[in-house]
Amino acid sequence: MNSLDPENLTRPQFIGAKVLRREDPRLLTGVGHYVADMKRHDMLHIAFLRSDHAHAAIKSINTEAALRMPGVASIYTGEDMGRLANPYRATSRMKNYQATVIPPLAIGKVRYVGEAVAVVVAADRYLAEDALENIEIVYEPLRALVDPEESLKADAPRLHDDLVSNVLAEREFARGEVSGAFLSAAITVGGRFHFTRTTPVTIEARAAVAEYDAGARALTLHCATQIPGILRDKLSEIFDLPGPRIRVIAPDVGGGFGGKTSLYSEEIVTCAISRDLHKPIKWVSDRREDLMTTGHAFDELVDAELAVGEDGTILGLRADVIGDVGAYSIYPWTATIEPVQVVSFLPGPYRIENYSARVRSVATNKTLTGAYRGVGRPISVFVMDRLIDMAARQAGIDAAEIRRRNLIRDEEFPYKAASGLVWDKSAFQTCLKGAVESFKYEEMRRQQKTLRLQGRWIGVGIASYAELTGVGSRIAVAPGMPINTGTETCNIAIDSTGSVTASFGLASQGQGLETTLAQVVAQELGVNVEDVDVILGDTSAVSHGTGTYASRGAVFGGGAGTLAARAVKEKILQVAGHLLEAAVEDIETGNGNVWVKGTDKSMTIRDLARALYSDMGRVPKEMRDDIDNLEATKVYDPFFGTTTAATHICQVEIDPETYRVTIDKYIIAEDCGRVINPLIADGQAHGGVAQGVGVALMEEVIHDPSGQIMTASLVDYVVPSAVEVPSVDVLHVEAELPETVGGFRGLGEGGTIGAPACISNAISDALSHLDIEITKIPTTPERLFQLIKEANER
Amino acid sequence: MTEKVGISITINGDVHNTEVEPRLLLVDFIRENLDLTGTHVGCEHGVCGACTILMNGDSVRSCLTFAVQAHGANIETVESLADGEMLNELQEAFRKHHALQCGFCTPGMLMTITDLLRKYPLKNDNEIREGLSGNLCRCTGYQHIVDAVRTVVREREGT
Repeated sequence: MNSLDPENLTRPQFIGAKVLRREDPRLLTGVGHYVADMKRHDMLHIAFLRSDHAHAAIKSINTEAALRMPGVASIYTGEDMGRLANPYRATSRMKNYQATVIPPLAIGKVRYVGEAVAVVVAADRYLAEDALENIEIVYEPLRALVDPEESLKADAPRLHDDLVSNVLAEREFARGEVSGAFLSAAITVGGRFHFTRTTPVTIEARAAVAEYDAGARALTLHCATQIPGILRDKLSEIFDLPGPRIRVIAPDVGGGFGGKTSLYSEEIVTCAISRDLHKPIKWVSDRREDLMTTGHAFDELVDAELAVGEDGTILGLRADVIGDVGAYSIYPWTATIEPVQVVSFLPGPYRIENYSARVRSVATNKTLTGAYRGVGRPISVFVMDRLIDMAARQAGIDAAEIRRRNLIRDEEFPYKAASGLVWDKSAFQTCLKGAVESFKYEEMRRQQKTLRLQGRWIGVGIASYAELTGVGSRIAVAPGMPINTGTETCNIAIDSTGSVTASFGLASQGQGLETTLAQVVAQELGVNVEDVDVILGDTSAVSHGTGTYASRGAVFGGGAGTLAARAVKEKILQVAGHLLEAAVEDIETGNGNVWVKGTDKSMTIRDLARALYSDMGRVPKEMRDDIDNLEATKVYDPFFGTTTAATHICQVEIDPETYRVTIDKYIIAEDCGRVINPLIADGQAHGGVAQGVGVALMEEVIHDPSGQIMTASLVDYVVPSAVEVPSVDVLHVEAELPETVGGFRGLGEGGTIGAPACISNAISDALSHLDIEITKIPTTPERLFQLIKEANER
Repeated sequence: MTEKVGISITINGDVHNTEVEPRLLLVDFIRENLDLTGTHVGCEHGVCGACTILMNGDSVRSCLTFAVQAHGANIETVESLADGEMLNELQEAFRKHHALQCGFCTPGMLMTITDLLRKYPLKNDNEIREGLSGNLCRCTGYQHIVDAVRTVVREREGT
């Protein structure tokens, strides 16, 4: 027992503090560890030969000439992979769902441009790519299905012979009296909305290094992935290896945004070849491969109608959604995740009693769609909030006022939305109010009127939304999916040196989880932030975990970390009670110390660990037998998850000469529960909006009628730069905390969910004098030119 | 494969005399031959800027440059910025303002900004944003990067 400086016998607040990120020093000095940085003795490199046809039969593959090229070790085709890896499909318990077998390398048929057909193994990447040019493949082109509405027709070829149609999934929702609502409505608005296809574009493209240890018969995959746990579990089946002999490590990962949440063929192939050749194998995607093969986003056609009373009250909503999901149903999320989420979230944060919707996930000869920041909800909000603005215009009601009248009020929570989702209490109305005040909405509207009289095309747009974050075991992230995404694990261990290690099943792709989870654990445990080592992205760390996606990191990591820290703290208090000769309830921890409240009796946790583990005799055997060690593992299941709400408001100006859209002002008011680190929370919102700006104005994956992808470089697929993205003011609304452990809500996706609707509403407002309603995005200058030309010809 | 060509390149003050294939990209020379993996490859076609280095004092895309073109040149990469573990003022400003998330674009950003700070007054946010427009960041929305650059400019001006 020591007497410590009383200043250290306190419990500082780490949660809510602007703690600087511990990740930064290594990333700022160029000594981070990304997969592409890895080197291993005797490592070989692979390059993929990819289909240049959208739909074709493979008649023959001749690799003889390529095999004779310098440095080439081997070449594999689909048949070879069939021998090395078990086939897999993304199954679902959802009815009216058809899974597809996804071959790691195409067998017999190619179904999209970019699908891998063969792979060259060589001494370096240059030599591997040289050899690709000498592989001869004879294709017989088949009719390519590029338009999902063509895929639906009875005479369309089937993409998969073993399936009954090209509809991979279908679902219907209905509540209330929808036709009645439309018959009685004073105003009905509607249209066909098209949210085109985009792609995640992480600046670090995907990458994998596989190392098979022939002696241990064990496989390690280092992978730029968001889901190491999901990969480990599936690779175990694909390679018939027990879990302990497959380790998936996600080191520093250069962005994810959902693009790295799926199992990819290249990951399986890299592992299979390493196991076959007993050598480390490296694959790093180039940008062209990334744009062609990383799971694409969105791509939905939505026919939707809204019925509204004279006073702006929403009476009913109906929608029919066609999701173009590409050639296969992606693992693990399936072809349902994106389109089904559109109809689940379409009613949004509004009170809508009468709702019916149908959704179909339709296969085409295009890249698979997967999860991307927001998943379905950017479309839901775009359609719903566009409809509300269209209705407001007809009813002569202000855009903020119509939302105020229809947003669910505080006293109505928990509110069961028409699609079945339940919103727990979240600051729907307060966010709208906060955003309106912070934006100086009334004043901006007056200014807008004046400036428009001077001929300037200025518009103001609002979007309100709610998203379910930290989704627990009660609700599958994708309907009927066979994996559990509803729990996460944290193990906290204080070792014999007194150091704290907190291990999670989560992985980080830039969210700063090493810092924020250390803040949470340090706060609960009573140690300093810098004393907590955080282990993420390594399947050997905890027995079960899936990864980081779906705005779950703070909710799950914060929750599991809090529970595990509380359990370890209990053990500390028990040992301290003995060592400091005090009752457990009189002891407190903080700054890495324990003390008896109101006294100067204290010791360090380091000394306490030493007493327990090393200095036999200081802690009695019975107590040691009872508590074992200063370690605890806890699993957190938020069950339903929790609602994050926000309102975005922006002002845009359109140049009537060039049709360039400039965003002059952007405000977010959001309720993300307890903020762990305001710097990081703001950064998530800014980055989300930037991606939403891309979706609204610039980004679109374009295919020609034969299914060729026309946007296979960053010259053709344009993502926002610093000049297109506005400064964003973020207001974290102080509201009642949710019932999640720690009071956290998720916020990673929100910016991207709100921005496309908000910006599109502002553009429509700016063009209201021409009666233009934005229904298809991105609103590029060319699209604006066409819309304005058509309007002038009307 | 073609015959190798002799080159002499100074990188972060160290002279490297070696032979390379004419087709070897400068970024691959830096990353693979010299193990300086701080310089990243984001697109291989000169759009994203992750591979930006300084060559004879100008920012250059090392993915669009052959190693042989850098013969005789003086090159600075991200590894040259800090003094041991001591971050320089730009790196400190990035940390303080949370100007990086995944960190993959960061080395290229830092090198571009190093070039901008040496050459331009960067009087306002528009000029800063214009200067950053050749480097893509997908995480931050740029706002905190602009904040970091503005801070360094002001500190230098003593305001």
